Amino acid sequence: MSSVRADYIRPLDIKHGRVDLSHGSGGRAMAQLVEHLFAAAFNNEWLAQRNDQALLPQPEGRIVMATDSHVVSPLFFPGGDIGCLSVHGTINDVAMSGAHPLWLAAAFILEEGFALADLKRIVDSMANAASEAGVPIVTGDTKVVEGGKGDGVFITTTGVGVVPPGIAISGDLARPGDSIIVSGTLGDHGMAVMSQRESLAFVTDLRSDTAALHGLVAAMIAAVPEVRVLRDPTRGGLATTLNEIASQSRVGMLIDEAAVPVQRQVAAACEFLGLDPLYVANEGKLVAIVPAERSERLLQAMRAHPLGRQAALIGVVTADQHHFVQMHTRFGGKRIVDWLAGDQLPRIC
Amino acid sequence: MKYIDEFRDGALARNLATAIAAEADPGRTYHLMEFCGGHTHAISRYGIADLLPTSVRMIHGPGCPVCVLPIGRVDLAIELALKQRVILATYGDCLRVPASNGLSLLKAKARGGDVRMVYSPADALKLAQAHPDREVVFFAIGFETTTPPTALVIKEAARLALANFSVVCNHVLTPAAITNILESPEVRQLGTLALDGFIGPAHVSTIIGSQPYEFFAEEYRKPVVIAGFEPLDVMQAILMLVRQINQGRAEVENEFTRAVTREGSVKAQALVSEVFELRRSFEWRGLGEVPYSALRIRQPFAAFDAERRFNLETRSVADNKACECGAILRGVRHPRDCKVFGTLCTPESPIGSCMVSSEGACAAHYSFGRFREIAVVVAVA
Repeated sequence: MSSVRADYIRPLDIKHGRVDLSHGSGGRAMAQLVEHLFAAAFNNEWLAQRNDQALLPQPEGRIVMATDSHVVSPLFFPGGDIGCLSVHGTINDVAMSGAHPLWLAAAFILEEGFALADLKRIVDSMANAASEAGVPIVTGDTKVVEGGKGDGVFITTTGVGVVPPGIAISGDLARPGDSIIVSGTLGDHGMAVMSQRESLAFVTDLRSDTAALHGLVAAMIAAVPEVRVLRDPTRGGLATTLNEIASQSRVGMLIDEAAVPVQRQVAAACEFLGLDPLYVANEGKLVAIVPAERSERLLQAMRAHPLGRQAALIGVVTADQHHFVQMHTRFGGKRIVDWLAGDQLPRIC
Repeated sequence: MKYIDEFRDGALARNLATAIAAEADPGRTYHLMEFCGGHTHAISRYGIADLLPTSVRMIHGPGCPVCVLPIGRVDLAIELALKQRVILATYGDCLRVPASNGLSLLKAKARGGDVRMVYSPADALKLAQAHPDREVVFFAIGFETTTPPTALVIKEAARLALANFSVVCNHVLTPAAITNILESPEVRQLGTLALDGFIGPAHVSTIIGSQPYEFFAEEYRKPVVIAGFEPLDVMQAILMLVRQINQGRAEVENEFTRAVTREGSVKAQALVSEVFELRRSFEWRGLGEVPYSALRIRQPFAAFDAERRFNLETRSVADNKACECGAILRGVRHPRDCKVFGTLCTPESPIGSCMVSSEGACAAHYSFGRFREIAVVVAVA
């Protein structure tokens, strides 16, 4: 019996084809998928070697590494898709150390029955995002699970980068008196995704803010190398990120509601769903903590970059043994901005 | 946002705060109960307590639909999901309510129960249409505001002759709960709970109107001001209550005229009485059995009553002994008086129902206000 089955000699039918279990079997079907879809899109010298690993030159400086799994639903949403999101997410995790990202690895878990046309859209979107960011995807892996055991596609990406000399950025370095700065409007990604969910679809021109932030970070640390903390407020939103930093640095925070930039559509959508924009996810924003006397300079540098035009100073780091994040409300009172308990669930009344 | 921002204006809030401080008599205390969780949430979220003089004391009432849901009823929902294997659809707020055996609907879901969060009963009906081979049960909770939509889907299910859709009705009635509080020994005899006036419900009153509260004003001599859920509504209502109390009046006043009339929504009332009838008695978490305080599905719609369809029987289950939810819901105690508040009982692992919904007195205080008990924050300029 021939080891080459007729089916697999035909070119990959991207238009009508679907992922089947043979695409993860290690056989010819998998080789064809990797070759025609992944390698073709990601195309670079390391993938061209066709090895199970990428052999990379030794970078100079301190190396950072980050990994992130992506399970977003729906897979395609206004302003992006799981593909570009998986590239941006990991680049941003690397960049939040002040590092310059160098390489990415990508692992796919595909569900049997997933349309190859959709997979191609996703892979092309990843390739675009990686190429725009200048960070090549140098190695990867594909597995297929039976129908019903996945959600179309899960993507895990890992990134490696190097931190320039003299830069020390870490979540435990916030000090009382420091300024808290955000790079732009909050909640855009979360509400864009939510607007597409089948159970509560609503019409909006909101788009996800998904973007790679390493360029903005490079501009920031070039202007103000004293930046102490950088973090991208993804899941759990700004509130969660500030609480994380407050406990890591053993400080409190006091923010001013009126200073927090939120788009009108986001505020409106949150209003009718009973959500709080402070807890809604972002994929192209960062929080920076910087000594107060350097905050003006940092804001200038951020506003000069396309991804930081709406950067705003939103509050100060305080000395607080309870590590509370508090907020002056627009209304004139004060309240805690607490960790999110469970998922943000809509109120009914 | 139009109709929102106007009611959250900080400058107007300061004016109202000045007026309240000027008119409130510093020699006495004004004990005002906001009945609704929506008001509790607004007070906490906008930091209204910071804007009130110390003579005005807000008491959180039992108007949080999740908080008054007794354990036995949540157990029913869990039994339906785990034993009867139905698709159990309910509002997001219900998912984390603690039930017997350390379970909640969220935990039942993790054990394989098919529990779905819906935004509206209409979504539950859609689930039934999409899964004709499965039983779909909508676990309906809430006061008069959420009752008409439940009535609508039951009528719609009857019209479509859906054979796989039913409802567990837990709808409860606001006036019955207010009467229960006013008749409670703490208020009537012991005087342990001073109550000088009520901020009346917002959304509930759009349905039932302001008329049902006239009884409380007349019979119990308690002023009631119906108020919207925006923070300025609450501030304005507090000012109106302070004035009534100062002048010795006990009337029903309506601050929420942009939505509430004396009669309410006659159409919604007709819909509700077509589908539902009074239960002789119903258990409320915190208040116990309250006569004629809840609704059940009428006989002509019995086919859509999950309690009849699955022969369900509600068992009364006592609250955790350390939990003070009962006293907190009656306004007798404050969340900080509870031994487990913020220690064993937190929004992540609630013991009592007041810690579940962000409208619950404990969760609102924990999430937004607990720094007041500590007050050691030093802002460095």
